[in-house]
Order: sequence, then structure tokens, then C-alpha cells
Amino acid sequence: MSRARPERIGALPVRGPSLPRRAWNAGLLAACALAAAAVVLPLGLIVAHLLAQGLPALDLGFFLHLPKPVGEPGGGMANAIVGTLILVGLGALVAVPVGVGAGLYLAEHGDGRVGALVRSTADVLSGVPSIVIGVATYGLVVVPMGRFSALAGGIALGLLMLPTIVRSTEEVVRLVPRSYREAGLALGAPRWRVTQQIVLPAASAGIVTASLLALARAAGETAPLLFTALGNRFWSLRLDQPIASLPVFIYDYARAPYDEWNRQAWAGALVLLLLVALVSGLLRLTVRRIPGR
Amino acid sequence: MTRAFDLFYGAHQALRSVTLEVPSNSVTAIIGPSGCGKSTLLRSFNRMNDLIPGVRTAGQVVVSGRDVYAPGTDVVELRRRVGMVFQRPNPFPKSIFENAAFGLRLLGIRDRGELEARVEQSLRRAALWDEVRDRLGRSALQLSGGQQQRLCIARCLAVEPEVVLMDEPAAALDPTATARIEELVLDLKKRYTIVIVTHNMQQAARISDRTAFMLMGALVEIGDTRRLFTSPREKLTEDYITGRFG
Ligand SMILES: Nc1ncnc2c1ncn2[C@@H]1O[C@H](COP(=O)(O)OP(=O)(O)OP(=O)(O)O)[C@@H](O)[C@H]1O
Ligand SMILES: [Mg+2]
Repeated sequence: MSRARPERIGALPVRGPSLPRRAWNAGLLAACALAAAAVVLPLGLIVAHLLAQGLPALDLGFFLHLPKPVGEPGGGMANAIVGTLILVGLGALVAVPVGVGAGLYLAEHGDGRVGALVRSTADVLSGVPSIVIGVATYGLVVVPMGRFSALAGGIALGLLMLPTIVRSTEEVVRLVPRSYREAGLALGAPRWRVTQQIVLPAASAGIVTASLLALARAAGETAPLLFTALGNRFWSLRLDQPIASLPVFIYDYARAPYDEWNRQAWAGALVLLLLVALVSGLLRLTVRRIPGR
Repeated sequence: MTRAFDLFYGAHQALRSVTLEVPSNSVTAIIGPSGCGKSTLLRSFNRMNDLIPGVRTAGQVVVSGRDVYAPGTDVVELRRRVGMVFQRPNPFPKSIFENAAFGLRLLGIRDRGELEARVEQSLRRAALWDEVRDRLGRSALQLSGGQQQRLCIARCLAVEPEVVLMDEPAAALDPTATARIEELVLDLKKRYTIVIVTHNMQQAARISDRTAFMLMGALVEIGDTRRLFTSPREKLTEDYITGRFG
């Protein structure tokens, strides 16, 4: 309302906000734009660099072939690409059901002691460095099994994803309006049915997004895999055997003293990035299809 | 229907020895100033207040001859017999069809043909069928506020409750939508017992058979609507309906 009224200071008509105020406005706006650019810039640089270094080493063979011995040209990382998919899939298999279940519990019944305990455990777990998770899984899975395995790697990645999924599920479930729950209960739905058929679907988009973020982060983890899945230069789909993965390959190849391997490491990094982008893009599309959104 | 019913939110007493009767197949309106306990009373009939931590009750609420606060009452079953429509339309974020079918599925009805028939029937009763018949698969959230509210009424009617509780069902609606809901209430009383909370006294006068006036958690007066509005027995009622009230 007061906007339309021309401001006057004394007898001087002043058009719009005063000069210092405008200067502040412009200054703050510029600062925000700069900060926004600072967020985008590193990603842009990373992508540009990866493209420049990785693209030349990337060909169809990279996706189809196994690694070649040193000195032989060509070869690819087919086993590592599939291995990463298997490891992340295993991790998700562990972490998504458990995480979503625990998150639902926290949101719907988590006001007591047990809830507080679960919540702080999840928070502590999310603060544990990934290499420690790797060592712990080594002790808990690799040592009893007697060997490194895809299974152990999957579990390590699952542990890594778990706290993010738990806490974000709790948050998005809490955001589901109370009125939905009341409507369901007023129709004579038992509480578990309200949770399962109303609350969970209403929160599903948020849960998928959160799980996705957790998955994407885990896909790039190297440290927990070094002690669990180890790595493998050969083709293997067996869960009880060591398995190759992109991050470990990148790690090995980038440190190797051979130019050919270094080039392949770049290509591997590029593929990893594309893989993560692809998966999240696809899942985002599916989320949008969920009715009611 | 209620006898000497008290309800406390923690230390705060929201209902004071409320006793009123609701005859079946009639519309009973509850009026009274904001905060007097209308919603609380309404939510006592289907025990929706149970969901709020710290709620204590005393006295009885009798529905079809049974005290719903008696130990051993099946609340889920009670809520199937006593349906509720809320002040704000609250359809589920699902399709129109799934909203209307939700209660039916709860009853274990799986047969597609029966579901479709009963969804259509309840949407017709809620005077919504003609507007949505060709888009039952669309999201209920795309409907207008008035349509959403009628969908909520249909959702509630689909399970054939005995009693329908309505908490200011037209509060968020425009005059046209309000008029449609009022017509609907008049039509519904042929089959259902309706208790409706309203802030609008003309509305209470138009649609109800009996009116209850509440003040500060107590029931001041209840009686035949026309009688209550033309010759109130209590001074407080008269002050309120003539607008001389605080
Ligand atoms: N969840 C709650 N916890 C504590 N006190 C509450 C709660 N809900 C309502 N009350 C109190 O109970 C009293 C009655 O509230 P109620 O919602 O029944 O009023 P109302 O008559 O429906 O008012 P309105 O016309 O504004 O909807 C009020 O004093 C309110 O503050
Ligand atoms: Mg109210």
C-alpha cells in the first residue's frame, strides 16, 4: 500500500529508495550472485576437466572389455562398471528397507526413549568416516567369511547410506500433513494402514530423492571398498568373491606409473560421474510419475 | 447421545458436563463462539481426541446404545460407523477414484465392479458425480476446494456410516459451493444422522432440525431450531443469536 505513495524528506521529492539503500541492495545482490557462482563453478570445472581428460580414452571398448595387462593398449572397465552397479545395488538392498523403516518409526512413534536412541545412533553413524566403516565391515564380515567379497562391499556401502536415509525419511514423513492421517483414521483405518497407504505414498517422492542422494554419494566411495570388496581385474558377478568397482579402479589406475592407465582413470571418473547423473535423472523422472504429486 | 461428558486437555477443561441427545435421521447444528468446544465435542463422538496426548475424559458418549468410551471399545469399528468431514477439505494425494474407494478397500472390498458401483453411488450422493465422472483417475488435489470437500463427503459416505460429523464443512468455501453443501446436508439426512458445527447462524437455521448452543465448554441450550432462534429460553442464547455477545 505504502509503495505507491511518493516519499518525501522535508520538501525534497525523493524517487524510490535512498541512494545508500540502493547501494546496499546492489551490493548484497552481487554478493549472492557471486556465492551462487562459486557453487556452480567448481562443478563446471570438474565436468570440463573430466571431459577434456576422459573423453579421449573413452570408446565403446571401455564399456565392453576387461582391463588389459600393462603395456597392451585398449582394454576397458566393463567389470568395474558392473561391479559398481552390483555394490551400490547391494548397499541399497540393505539400507533402503532398513532406513525407510527406521525413519517411519522415528516419525510416527519416535517420541520416546527408543526413538531418541535410534536418532542419536543414526547421527553418530553419519559422522563416522567412511574408512572407519570399511575397517569395521572388514572386522565384522570379511574376517569371519575368510575373504574379501562383493557382499562385504555392499554392506559397507549400505552402512554408509543408512543414516542419511533414516534421517531424511523421518523428515519427509513428518512433513506429511496431519490432516491426511486424521482423514484416514476417521474413516476407520488402523494406524498401520494409514502409515502404509497414505503417509508412505505421500512421502515417497521425498524418500526416493533422499535414497538417491545417499546412493549417489556411496557410488563414489573408495575407502570402504578397499577393505571389503577389494577389487578384481577379472570378470566376476559372484557375491562371495572380490569384485571390481569404478572408484577402486580409478584409485589404482590414477596412481599407476603408466600413461595409458592414467588416461583410463580419467575415463573411469567420467563414467562414474555419468552413471550417477544418469541414475538420478531416471529416478527423478519416475518420481514425477507418482500420482498425486 | 452424550451424558454428563467432560473432556480435559491436560489441565484445561474443554467440555463441562455436556449432555445432549441427537435423534437419528436429523440434522443437529452446534453453534457457539470460537473456542467454546464445538470441535472438541464433535471429535468426542468418534474418539478423534484420543490422538491428542494428554486428553482425559469422564462421562459417557452413547452411540447406538453403546458407550464409546467404555473399555474394550473397538475404536476402528466405531470410526467406521461414525464418519467425519473436516473443516478443511483433506483429500488424500491420490486419484479421485482412490479417495472415494479408500474406505471400501478398508472393508476388504476387492471386486472392481463393486468398487466402481459404490464409488459412483457415493459420488452421486455427494453431488459430485457429474463433475468428475470422466476424470476419476486424476489427482484429487486438482479439484477445486468445494469439489474437494464434496469428495471428502463422498469418501465418508462410501462406507455407509450411521452418523456423519461435519466440522464447519463450508468454512473454506465460496457461497455457491456452500449452498451446494447445504443442499447436500438436507438431502443426506434422509439416510444419515448428521451433526454439524457451524459459525454461520443462518446456515444453522436453514439446514438443521435441532440446534445446540455452547459456551465455554458447557451446553447452554438445545432445542428445535426454529424455537431456539425465535424464542430462546436462555438469556445467553438470546444475546448470542442477536449478536449482542462479546
Ligand atoms: N489439542 C489441544 N490441546 C489443548 N487444548 C486444546 C486442543 N484443542 C482445543 N483445545 C482447547 O479446547 C477449547 C475448545 O476448542 P475447540 O477446538 O473445541 O473450539 P471450537 O468451538 O471448535 O472453536 P472454533 O469455532 O474456533 O473452531 C479451546 O479453549 C482450545 O484452546
Ligand atoms: Mg472448531
